[in-house]
Amino acid sequence: MWDWRSQPLTVPSVIAMLIGAVVILLLALGVVTYTIYVQRRILGWMQLRIGPNRVGPLGLFQTIADVLKLLIKEDVVPAKADRALFMLAPIIAFVPSFTVMAVIPFSAHNVFTANLGIGVLFYLALSAITIHGVMLAGWASNNKYALIGGMRSAAQMLSYEIPLGLSLVGVVLMAGSLNLNDIVLAQQHAGLWNVIPQILGFIVFLIASTAELNRTPFDLPEAESELVAGYHVEYTGFRFAFFMLTEYMYLFAMAGLCATLFLGGWSGPLLPGWLWFAIKVFLYIFFQFWLQATLPRFRVDQLMTFSWKVLLPLALVNLVLTGVVKAIW
Amino acid sequence: MSLIDEKDQVRTEEMLLNLGPQHPSTHGVLRLLVKINGETITDVEPVIGYLHRGTEKLAEDLQYTQIIPYTDRLDYLAAMLNNYALCHTIEQAMDLEVPERAEYLRVIVMEMQRVASHLMFIGAYLLDLGAMSPFLYVFADREQIVQLFNEICGARLTYNYMRVGGVKWDAPPGWLEKVADFVQYLKQKFHMYDELITGNEIFLARTRGIGRFDTETALAYGLSGINLRSTGYPWDLRRKKPYSIYDRFDFDIPVGQNGDCFDRYYLHLLEIKESLRIVEQALKSIPSSGPVLGKVPKMIRVPAGEYYSGIEGARGELGFYIVSEGKDKPYRLKIRKPSFINLQLLPELLRGQSIANVIAILGAVDIVLGEVDA
Repeated sequence: MWDWRSQPLTVPSVIAMLIGAVVILLLALGVVTYTIYVQRRILGWMQLRIGPNRVGPLGLFQTIADVLKLLIKEDVVPAKADRALFMLAPIIAFVPSFTVMAVIPFSAHNVFTANLGIGVLFYLALSAITIHGVMLAGWASNNKYALIGGMRSAAQMLSYEIPLGLSLVGVVLMAGSLNLNDIVLAQQHAGLWNVIPQILGFIVFLIASTAELNRTPFDLPEAESELVAGYHVEYTGFRFAFFMLTEYMYLFAMAGLCATLFLGGWSGPLLPGWLWFAIKVFLYIFFQFWLQATLPRFRVDQLMTFSWKVLLPLALVNLVLTGVVKAIW
Repeated sequence: MSLIDEKDQVRTEEMLLNLGPQHPSTHGVLRLLVKINGETITDVEPVIGYLHRGTEKLAEDLQYTQIIPYTDRLDYLAAMLNNYALCHTIEQAMDLEVPERAEYLRVIVMEMQRVASHLMFIGAYLLDLGAMSPFLYVFADREQIVQLFNEICGARLTYNYMRVGGVKWDAPPGWLEKVADFVQYLKQKFHMYDELITGNEIFLARTRGIGRFDTETALAYGLSGINLRSTGYPWDLRRKKPYSIYDRFDFDIPVGQNGDCFDRYYLHLLEIKESLRIVEQALKSIPSSGPVLGKVPKMIRVPAGEYYSGIEGARGELGFYIVSEGKDKPYRLKIRKPSFINLQLLPELLRGQSIANVIAILGAVDIVLGEVDA
C-alpha cells in the first residue's frame, strides 16, 4: 500500500490526506451516531423500558432524526452573551476531540493513522484544549448555571488529567515508547495485555477517564438535577449538537485509547484486527453505560478530594512499582 | 500597617442564584432565592405560591362531599390519605359510625398509598442525586399500586374514593387477592432496593451527616412525620392518637438516630415495610362482606362548632380544621399541610452549607408543591 503519510507535501499527498481525514470523520460520526443509539437501548434495557424503537427498523434511525431536528432548530444567541466567544466555544471543544483520532491505531495495517512518535502525549495535550472550549462556553453564555458548570468542568478535568496522565506512564515504561502502535506491538510481542501487569494503572485509568469524559458518577459539569444542564445550558441547535458530539467523540477516542494501551489494541487471535479493536472499544463503552445506569453522582468537593488524595497517590505508586520492576528485570 | 492594602484584596461579591420555579429538582414549582458567597450559602428564601388554587377558600362554597375531590389535588402523591383526613374529621364532628368492611378497605388503600408515596420519594431523591435507574424501578412498582387503585375506584391519581361514613365502592371480586400478591412481590423487591441504594458508597457519602437537625429544632418548627422521626423522636399519630382501626394492627415505628438525609431516606424504606405488614394483617381479618357506606344523612351538616383531627399522612401530620355554623358547607376550612410546615426549616438547614448540598437537603425534606401551595 502506498504510504501517503511519509510523502512530501505535494498535491496528490495533500488530497490523499484530505480523503483520509474525511473517511475518519465519517467513520467517527457513524460510530458516534450508533453509540448514542446503543446507549439509549442499553439504558432502556437496564431500566425496564424499551428505548427508541419508532424511527426506522428497531429505531435505528432515531439518532439521525435527532441530529436533523437539531440542524433545523433556530440558532439562539443570548442577547447578553459574548457573541464571538459564544460561537467559538463549540468549535474549540470539538476540533481536538476529532484530532486525537489521528493517533489511535484502528487496525494492524493502521490505515489513516498518523504514526506519531509521541502518540500518548499528543492525545493528552490535545484533549486538554477541549477544557478551554467548555470553560469559554460557560463564561460566554452569561448565565450563572452555565458559569458554575463551566468552572466545575474546568476544575474537574484539570484534576483528573494528572492521574490519567500518570496512569499512562506505567504503560509507556513497559513498552519503552510513546508511540501507540509500538505499544500494541510490545503487548503482542510479550503475549500479555497490559491490563494484567498494569492492573493498578488500569484501575486508575478507568476511573480518571470516566471523570475526564464527564460521565456518571462524575457527570457534575452537566448535573441535570443541580445545574439544569451545566455549561451548555444556553446552547441550542447545532451548537449544542457540537458539544454532544464532542462528548461522544471523546468516549470513542478514550475507548480506543483504553483498548490500545491496556487491552492489546487490534491484536488478538483468529478475528481480523479491526474487529478485535471494535470489540474492545465496545466493551469500554458498555462499561460506561453500565455505570450510568447504576450510580448516583459525586459531590463536587468529594470529587476533588478523590482525585488528589486517592487517585494521584495510587498512580504514583503504580509508577514507582513499574519503574522498580523494570529496573530489576 | 499590613502589607496588603484593603483595596488590593480580591473583591468578592455575593451572587444571587435563582433556583426554580422551572428547575428540574425543585419537585414542582418551588422557587429558591439562594444567596451564595463563593460556594457557601449565606441565605435562602423560598418563594411559594406558584400552584396556589385557593382550596381552603373554595371549600367554603362547597358541600362537604364536594370538597373531597379537591383534597385529591393537595398532596397528589397521597390522595387517599387526604381523602381520609377530611372524611375522618367530618365523621368525628358528626359522630358517625363507619362500617367494619369500609374501615378495613380504607386502611388497605391508605397504607398502599403510603407505600406508593414513599416509593416515589425514594425514586425522586435518587434522581436528584444523579441516579436515574431507581426512579424507573420505583415507577414500575408504583404502577402496580396505581393499577390496583384504578380497579377499585376508576382513577389513577385523583381517586375521590372515600365518602363521609365509608367508601364509595366495594372492592371488585379478586381485588384483595391481587393486593396480597402485590404485597408478597414488593417484599421480595426490598432486597434489591437495599442493595442498589443503601449499599452504595457514593449515596452514603452524599447523605450521611448532611442536613442534620435535632429533636428540639424539629419540635420548635412543628415538623412531623419522617422529618421528626429521623431525629429519634417516635411520634406517629397511628400509635400516639389512634384513629380508624390502627389499634388492631401490630407494627413498629422506625426512628432514625442522626436526623440526617440518610436517616430520612432509610426511614422511608423501613416504613414501606411496616405499611406492608399492616396491609397483610388487614387482608387477613377483613370481613368478607358487609356494607361499605354507613348510615349517613342525605344532606351532610356538621353541627355548629370547631373541629380538628389529624392523621399520619405520608409527609407528616395532615389535619383538617373545620369551623361550622351547622350548615351544609363549612364556614371555614383550614388544612394543616405537613409539606408546608416542613418546608419552614429549609432556610435554616441550608444556611452555611455548600451549594453542592442544596439538592440533597431539599430532596430529603420531601415536599409536594400541590400541598405547600394548596
